[in-house]
Amino acid sequence: MSSRDYIMGRIRWSLGRGSLERDDDSQLEERLAHPKSNLIPARGQGDAKAQRSLFVKMAKEVNATVSRLKAFDNVPRAVAKYLKEQDLDDKVRVAPHPHLKDLDWSKLDVSFGFTLGDDETSVVMAYGAAAETGSLALLSGPESPTSLNFLPDNHIVVLNAADLVGDYETIYARMRRDSNQSDFMPRAMNWVSGPSRTADIEQTLLLGAHGPRKLHILLVEEDG
Amino acid sequence: MELNAHNFKENAAKALEDKDLQESLAKLGTGFPLKRLAAAARLPEFEALRDQARDIKDHSLRHLDFYLEKFESRVVESGGCVHWARDINDGREIVYDICKSVGAKTVTKGKSMIGEEMAINEYLEEKGLIPIETDLGEYIIQLRHEPPSHIIAPAIHLRKSHVEEAFRETHTDLPVDRNLDAPEDLLKEARAMLRKRFIDADVGITGANFMVAETGSTVIVTNEGNGDLTQTLPRVHIVLCSIEKVVPTLEDCTTLLRVLARSATGQEQSVYTTFSTGGRHEDDPDGPDQFHVVILDNGRSRMLGHETHDMLRCIRCSACINHCPVYQSVGGHAYGSIYPGPMGSVLTPALYGLDQSCDLPNASTMCGKCEEVCPVRIPLPKMLRSWRQKQWEDGPVPLMQRFGMSAWAFWAVRPKGYHFFAKIKMRIMGLLGRKNGHFKSLPLTKAWTKSRDFPAPEGKTFQQLWSEKGGRRS
Repeated sequence: MSSRDYIMGRIRWSLGRGSLERDDDSQLEERLAHPKSNLIPARGQGDAKAQRSLFVKMAKEVNATVSRLKAFDNVPRAVAKYLKEQDLDDKVRVAPHPHLKDLDWSKLDVSFGFTLGDDETSVVMAYGAAAETGSLALLSGPESPTSLNFLPDNHIVVLNAADLVGDYETIYARMRRDSNQSDFMPRAMNWVSGPSRTADIEQTLLLGAHGPRKLHILLVEEDG
Repeated sequence: MELNAHNFKENAAKALEDKDLQESLAKLGTGFPLKRLAAAARLPEFEALRDQARDIKDHSLRHLDFYLEKFESRVVESGGCVHWARDINDGREIVYDICKSVGAKTVTKGKSMIGEEMAINEYLEEKGLIPIETDLGEYIIQLRHEPPSHIIAPAIHLRKSHVEEAFRETHTDLPVDRNLDAPEDLLKEARAMLRKRFIDADVGITGANFMVAETGSTVIVTNEGNGDLTQTLPRVHIVLCSIEKVVPTLEDCTTLLRVLARSATGQEQSVYTTFSTGGRHEDDPDGPDQFHVVILDNGRSRMLGHETHDMLRCIRCSACINHCPVYQSVGGHAYGSIYPGPMGSVLTPALYGLDQSCDLPNASTMCGKCEEVCPVRIPLPKMLRSWRQKQWEDGPVPLMQRFGMSAWAFWAVRPKGYHFFAKIKMRIMGLLGRKNGHFKSLPLTKAWTKSRDFPAPEGKTFQQLWSEKGGRRS
């Protein structure tokens, strides 16, 4: 008997039944085919303005920094300003996302693509964000290499305010809608709340464990 | 690790004498518990979310075969592989075979309790591979060749000086006179050392907090980002998980995530919550080529539908451990199992047998705090009691203890006689102890009077006082 059959057999025996009754089965299928939200905290359910200020507040609480911009065109300038303030090199690795590729990066030393670990600063585009906990949703794909989220010391994330929602569930709904297929999941969906940290030495909180030491969010509010 | 759970009493006595350990533990009582309290107070829906979290896990366990099959087929559809392991030997072999098939030499590892259960590092080392723990706490204890003492803070028993000592012993390429006084220096050194390892590794092994049946995703939460580097950079990603970790949908998983970090560290959310689904897509610029999920049973299917069924709801947040007065006093190693504290005292006998862990169900004051803080409302005290009962019925109980319990039981069901003798005893002890208010020693109470005085009764039993007051509090 294969281990799989053995384990399945043990589970069914312990639960005191054979394989599932048909009725039961279809209810469960339905539960998976049309996922329903459970209780969603009221905290993130305000209007767009309230969600934005909640997001900024929550992100700052977990040691991210946030700049609010009026237009996408301002992104390269905001990146340059941040690098200068932080006394960082003007060399950046940018995700090959159409929104980012089309910008005028002439003032900075920019290259596009994934990283092998020799880039100090990355700029990536968020798929969305949940105000509830100040968390960014970063989905892997040709335009969004996962390595840029973890290897560079300084992680700059561009977030379109229109993609900022109250809760995680709204992001999932959008992912399902965008893909219209059952395999809507990217290889990696990274929820990021603040820069990397550890408290493994004497329970003392230290920022910059293995991932980025700094997380800077550029919130682009083109609607004003 | 090797189970050493039958030595709890001895280990606990040693732990109480260990000054370094006591200093480390002193911080625990106020650290995590206060942070949890603040996080819970901030979220009005927290209690309702705990109810839903419990219900989701109950539902998943009731239909475990269905959800595991769904999960499996979704993993396969997304290009991954599922391997089933009956026990830890199965699991180790599967992991080694995968490593061998790709000619792996170095293996990086994110934190995984299933990995600890399998003692996967030791096994891979025996086979000539180099496994490297990447979670800072796990890295430290790997260098010190010791097991974790806490399920989410594995090096919580250590002082900074222990870490420095381990680093100086291992990182011998670095200048001897370098300064490692501050925790920041230690972190910086570990970060630099492990950076190379992440990039060189052939295989990355992580655990999983959840498996999502709807999408075939495995989920990890970390604060360091080590789990993500572990699974993003090597060619092969192996996920170690166990059968009870499957939940139906992303929404269900999210409800559990809302109570997980808050219960554990009092964070609103862990820094990195990652859903991994299959290997690298054709047009992905990075990520592993292969995605393997190893699902371990190791006795869990036996727990289903039996006394310890509810324990399978556990999401390994460690709230019960952080709040346990026994754990706070003796730390994790005393339990002799990788699962310490109340959850461990219930789980260890279920996985390894009561005969291997007979003291553990007694390592509790029954204060009930563990159940009070459990995000999925596992009735831990009730389950500890049920282990005690089982132990009484067919386990090894020392003769004196058995005699004492039988004698007490005899009188406990004869209340008139019990009250009569209790009255006499209280009067005598009241008279004898009137002068000091306490006893320095008494027959049969050495375990108590060794470390503290026994308070003297004031001459009357509780029942006497109760009836004098007409059955009222005041």
